[in-house]
Amino acid sequence: MSGPSSYVPKSNLAKWFDERLPIARLMHDSFVAFPTPRNLNYMWTFGGILMFCLVAQIVTGVILAMHYTAHVDTAFESVQHIRRDVNYGWLIQPMHAVGASFFFIAVYLHIFRGLYYGSYKSPREVLWILGVFILFAMMATAFLGYTLPWGQMSFWGATVITNLFSSLDQVIPGLGTGIVTWLWGGFAVGNPTLNRFFSLHYLLPFVIFGIVILHVWALHVVGQNNPTGLDIKQPSDAVPMHPYAIMKDIFALFVFLIPFAYFVLFMPDYLGHADNYNPANPLVTPPHIVPEWYFLPFYAILRAIPDKLGGVIAMVASIGILAFAPWLDWSRVRSCKYRPIMKWCFWGFVVTCLALGYLGAMPAEEPYVMWARIFTFLYFAYFLIAMPLVGLIETPSQMPRSITESVLGASKPGSGGGGQMPAGVPAGPEKR
Amino acid sequence: MLRIAKLVGAIGLAGLALASPALAAGGHHFDYRKVPWSFGGFFGQYDKAQLQRGFQVYKEACSACHGMTRVRWRNLVEKGGPEFPEDAVKLLAKDWPNQPLAEPNDEGRTTDAKGNLLTRPAILADPILGPYRNEKEARAAQNGALPPDLSLMAKARDIHETPVWYVHVGKMARDIAVGYQEGGADYVYNLLTAYADAPADFKMSDGMNYNKAYPGNQIAMVPPLNADNPIKYQDGSGTKEQNAKDVVAFLSWAADPHLNQRKAMGWTVMLYLLITCVLLYFAKKRVWARAGGH
Repeated sequence: MSGPSSYVPKSNLAKWFDERLPIARLMHDSFVAFPTPRNLNYMWTFGGILMFCLVAQIVTGVILAMHYTAHVDTAFESVQHIRRDVNYGWLIQPMHAVGASFFFIAVYLHIFRGLYYGSYKSPREVLWILGVFILFAMMATAFLGYTLPWGQMSFWGATVITNLFSSLDQVIPGLGTGIVTWLWGGFAVGNPTLNRFFSLHYLLPFVIFGIVILHVWALHVVGQNNPTGLDIKQPSDAVPMHPYAIMKDIFALFVFLIPFAYFVLFMPDYLGHADNYNPANPLVTPPHIVPEWYFLPFYAILRAIPDKLGGVIAMVASIGILAFAPWLDWSRVRSCKYRPIMKWCFWGFVVTCLALGYLGAMPAEEPYVMWARIFTFLYFAYFLIAMPLVGLIETPSQMPRSITESVLGASKPGSGGGGQMPAGVPAGPEKR
Repeated sequence: MLRIAKLVGAIGLAGLALASPALAAGGHHFDYRKVPWSFGGFFGQYDKAQLQRGFQVYKEACSACHGMTRVRWRNLVEKGGPEFPEDAVKLLAKDWPNQPLAEPNDEGRTTDAKGNLLTRPAILADPILGPYRNEKEARAAQNGALPPDLSLMAKARDIHETPVWYVHVGKMARDIAVGYQEGGADYVYNLLTAYADAPADFKMSDGMNYNKAYPGNQIAMVPPLNADNPIKYQDGSGTKEQNAKDVVAFLSWAADPHLNQRKAMGWTVMLYLLITCVLLYFAKKRVWARAGGH
């Protein structure tokens, strides 16, 4: 999408079309000839995997919507109908439910990769912020979707999360309650709520798709980051996306599909909650209301703050703060590979997220609450203390001069930086 | 500076370790026995004979109070289930004590002369009904308690264990590695076999029964299975434990009727993915060799 196009129409028809709507040119420049750093590791395959996840969720979701009924009296039974009576419904429904979990596994790894290798830093700020928008939209979609089976956890999860808005009563009395009533379409979570949640659950994936297009566009303007954090400076630093990156992405996708298929086919309910096999009952509150696993760290942060509004703000901030990472991190070195202190802070942050996930699943009582507070502090400390300060005090380790050097080692004196690769080798290997 | 970072990390880890005994405290304690189900694990499939025995236990013990409305009579004939002969199930449905309500009859009436609701004989497409039309009728008849529908019982329950965090993580990893998904079945099995006399110092509410596996230990359900007078199968065998196992297997099938097909497909899919991955790996390696390899 950036730089001169290398597309050459191969037929008169293609030429005719290219002069009118150069979509083939766009695809060629974006996904065939696009230069990708030659040193990308497997953490860079999650972009493609996420694209697959989104499409898979939309395809399975559209099929499910053909058989699902969004009504409080029949929603639960219609999901059972899908699992029992619809042809291959027993396969498609778990694919969608487990698919949501794997979508989050992939997106979290994608984000951790971005944090470790400094993919949020200039010039990729907009790319990164679009990613944060996608994360927000994904979370909203997942939350709405979990409501639809209308089991106990669906109902009570929806009740708890929508009720978070009532904390705004602390700002303007009546404001929060008003918003909650408006969201519910009534005075409790009920049929209007389920209906609009279904409608929005169908809408939001397409919003995500739109932001994803912007995300990919922004990526192709600034180019991919890579493990060294260095820019592409010479032709030998990059390989064309096709077939190199594409081949690697496909292999990684199939490896990713192994645990995905494992969960869908051997333990489809493991990632869910048993209580959601009980139909929603507004009169019976489950002993423990827990969200799906991918929300647990944020749920822990919500409950760690003793004040309701404060908890909501902290929870939203814990995701929103990601968007400010480009300006919070003052180090000029992108990759943690060359940041001896930040590297440790990063792994501490990973442990913090896992610990918060564990604590989010535990009841809101001591000692869990105390630990949730400590880890909430550490979570924000990563962004507000480690990011700005570590860059000031640490001495980056020796970096290679170029991407090529990082792959092939320092070149011999006199042979010229990166000159070991015969020019043109990476291009068009399929023609050899 | 590195030392500071390491110190912070060490303090965090030490803190977690210190907290762990405290994390273990609290909660309801019962050592759930895990049954080696025929349908557990990767190769697990339902045992047709066991499902048939389980249906017998359901019919003779559970169906007095519980319906299974998401299971239809035809499901008992279908592949992957008890696979009873179709004619036998047709007869069974017709003679089932709980019949669906009839449409208004030729005289436009929905009740007979005595005011009883008219019913019609169930057919294969009908659900397996319990004795009560709704929650109110059930509670009125059951001393205020509600016998839940059993069609999803094996999935709607789970064994409650809250071990220390590091044990928790280990258990999770093990459950995933062995494909353990029978928490609900194990819970129901333990519930059915954990009735006991209440300890002397335990205060029981009126009409409740002591059960070691039930959270809170007081359950409204009377012991459905009897050690002295177990349900006897066609071959004359049958113990309380066997009854419990069989009926739980039946309930597991009722909650997940496509398990046989799913797990069989699982192996095909895994094999396909593994082989494809190997092929893709070598293809990728070959492609990258042209760029100097990486």
